[in-house]
Amino acid sequence: MKTVMNLDTFRTETREWLEENCPVAMRTPQPEDEIIWGGRNAEFKHPDSKVWLARMAARGWTAPTWPAAYGGGGLSPEQYQVLQSELARICARSPLSSFGLWMLGPALLEFADNAQKAKYLPDIVHGRIRWCQGYSEPGAGSDLASLQTRCEDKGDHWLVNGSKIWTSYANLADWIFCLVRTDFEAPKHQGISFLLFDMTSEGVSTQPIRLISGASPFCQTFFDNVKVPKENLVGELNKGWTIAKRLLQHERAMIATIGRRFGTTVAPVEALAKRYVGETNEGIADPVLRDKIAQHQMDTHAFALTTERAAEEAKAGMADGAASSMFKYYGTELNKRRYELLLETMGTQSLGWQGDGFDNQELTTTRQWLRSKANSIEGGTTEVQLNVIAKRVLGLPD
Amino acid sequence: MMVFSEEQRILKDTAREFVTEHAPVAALRKLRDDVSPDGFDRVLWNAMTELGWPGVLISETYGGAAFGFKGLGAVLEETGRTLTASPLLSTALIGATLVEHLGTPAQKVQWLQGIASGQLVTALALEETHHHAPQRVTFTASGASGEFVLNGTKTFVLDGHVADLLLVVARSSGAPDDTDGVSIFAIPRDRNGVSVTRTFMVDSRNAANVTCSDVTATKADLLGGEEALGRARGSLDYTLDLARIGLAAEMLGSIEEAFDRTLAYLKTREQFGVLIGSFQGLKHRAAEMFSEIELAKSVVMEALDAVERKDEALPLLSSLAKAKVSDTFHTVSSEAIQMYGGIGMTDDEEIGFFLKRARVAEQTFGDAKYHRSRYARLSGF
Repeated sequence: MKTVMNLDTFRTETREWLEENCPVAMRTPQPEDEIIWGGRNAEFKHPDSKVWLARMAARGWTAPTWPAAYGGGGLSPEQYQVLQSELARICARSPLSSFGLWMLGPALLEFADNAQKAKYLPDIVHGRIRWCQGYSEPGAGSDLASLQTRCEDKGDHWLVNGSKIWTSYANLADWIFCLVRTDFEAPKHQGISFLLFDMTSEGVSTQPIRLISGASPFCQTFFDNVKVPKENLVGELNKGWTIAKRLLQHERAMIATIGRRFGTTVAPVEALAKRYVGETNEGIADPVLRDKIAQHQMDTHAFALTTERAAEEAKAGMADGAASSMFKYYGTELNKRRYELLLETMGTQSLGWQGDGFDNQELTTTRQWLRSKANSIEGGTTEVQLNVIAKRVLGLPD
Repeated sequence: MMVFSEEQRILKDTAREFVTEHAPVAALRKLRDDVSPDGFDRVLWNAMTELGWPGVLISETYGGAAFGFKGLGAVLEETGRTLTASPLLSTALIGATLVEHLGTPAQKVQWLQGIASGQLVTALALEETHHHAPQRVTFTASGASGEFVLNGTKTFVLDGHVADLLLVVARSSGAPDDTDGVSIFAIPRDRNGVSVTRTFMVDSRNAANVTCSDVTATKADLLGGEEALGRARGSLDYTLDLARIGLAAEMLGSIEEAFDRTLAYLKTREQFGVLIGSFQGLKHRAAEMFSEIELAKSVVMEALDAVERKDEALPLLSSLAKAKVSDTFHTVSSEAIQMYGGIGMTDDEEIGFFLKRARVAEQTFGDAKYHRSRYARLSGF
């Protein structure tokens, strides 16, 4: 049992260790191109980021709450909170960004056998292997369970054929965790398996996908008679859907923290309105736009209060927790509205594609507006979220 | 903290039991159909007095229950569920707050005790036109030092025709839109020159027009005494913010009840051989309403807490609460009527009462548009 005394000692030790081991350069804001994804072809734009990763990984603090046996930090939840606060105190950069850390690892800890845990987890902790997620297919988006990527039992190996889409960073990843169909006769949810394999395997190819907003990390991934070792199946044959669902929960939690993790420096809409539309004694010069901005700011304020309230209720042990089921839906729609409001505010200056006549912020706004359309589609569409609320929270009939 | 304490939750549960048994929506229907002269049930008010509700904000020194503003919010939310008609808003919240904030020691003793004991009902006579515009006061209080003459008309005075004491917002100096020069006079309804016309509103709740023709008042009637002459603006604005928040809490209860009833209807009404709640169109609209209601809850809880912690941002949070809750009540009441189909359009069915209440409450103390503008102004745009 952890006593207060032990936690204080832990905090002191942590603070001292960080002071000695977190390079000063790693205590500055992290630009997007300096995010450390790791992997066989890892790039460390800043030399100190390699040092920082190595030190944190050696201590298991890239995965603070994972068991020490697999390279994790073995920390309790309370110790983890202390570590987070000490890292925040010195504005330390995240040493490693990884789908392995955020999604696959927790699933392996729950469903993999010991040999698999020993094989895969340490490489995730140290950022030696970069993972991508093979879930959606051209014919299986919202209806993920209808996936068709075929996985046949060839005795001493699996043979995989099919394709995945929306695989983030597939062209840069080392390994893939992939949902495959191992039984075409069973009801769709009962014929799915969870398979891991190397992206350098023969028969694997990727193609980046260009979005309406320009380049993206998304890829289409193709499997042409890919041979996969038998021991790479996680959990039971045809019982992969359970693992998939659990992993989706981790994914949604990850999406929720992305904003906090990387943060954004966005100018408030009202400041931009004053610049692009002007202001009078009564405020923003266009009263209709002013009213729309007020509405949006109020919605944003109310939404922030709601996430706060959900946290307070959880802390107070209040069973409800119903509010949180609307977060993804509401937050993404709110974000889309924000960009439409920015377009209204900035007029043609927010509609430049590239080149002269537009500043960086304006061009970025255009791209971000386009990209924001995907927010209500990825990670479960708005329509799916509303279905879930209707069924699970409101108890409306099928 | 946007959660109720254990004590507050007990108060809330007690309130729910009480209004469910003693003041269901059927009670409002009865007041309406009987054309009840008081527009509220005095027996019910006495029972509320037993529970300490009229004095919920009033210090024990004056015989109040001192439950605090969050406590009042919890009670108001529950009264909102059954559309309870009572002087809680006009008296327990507005009268008590204004007298506490502005009154002289003698006025506080007399009137706060009166309110807490359930004996005194007050009504704030503020509005002068059909849209909330508290910054403009044209009702006049002429004269000075001890002798005043009141002239003008006030409209939409909540509980105006039953109040023992009218709290009249008057201009004692300056131009109509000046911040300074506003005074509040506490006038008995039966004083010479006071004429009160009850207005029968669509929500069956008490409101009246009040006209003063050369009504005389002394400094004893001036809330806060001589030194408060022309200086009531601060107290008035503060009281209005509390009124908006209290009303938002009541509206939240009405929203929750209307939504619960609509959900129940979706789960029982069958057409085409299935429950209509199975139609995706209705499911999505219900899920959207759920999300809006969660936001409404948050802004109400935050505003209630802001009052208790004396947050500087109270005016901003008050406008946030009134605006968001007004919009949500607007949506939920409209959707409820639509989803109830033909039966919801009958007077026999109770859901129509919620629609009627929604629009009146939306207009009280500033509609959503008014508060969006105020929020923008307070935010600096």
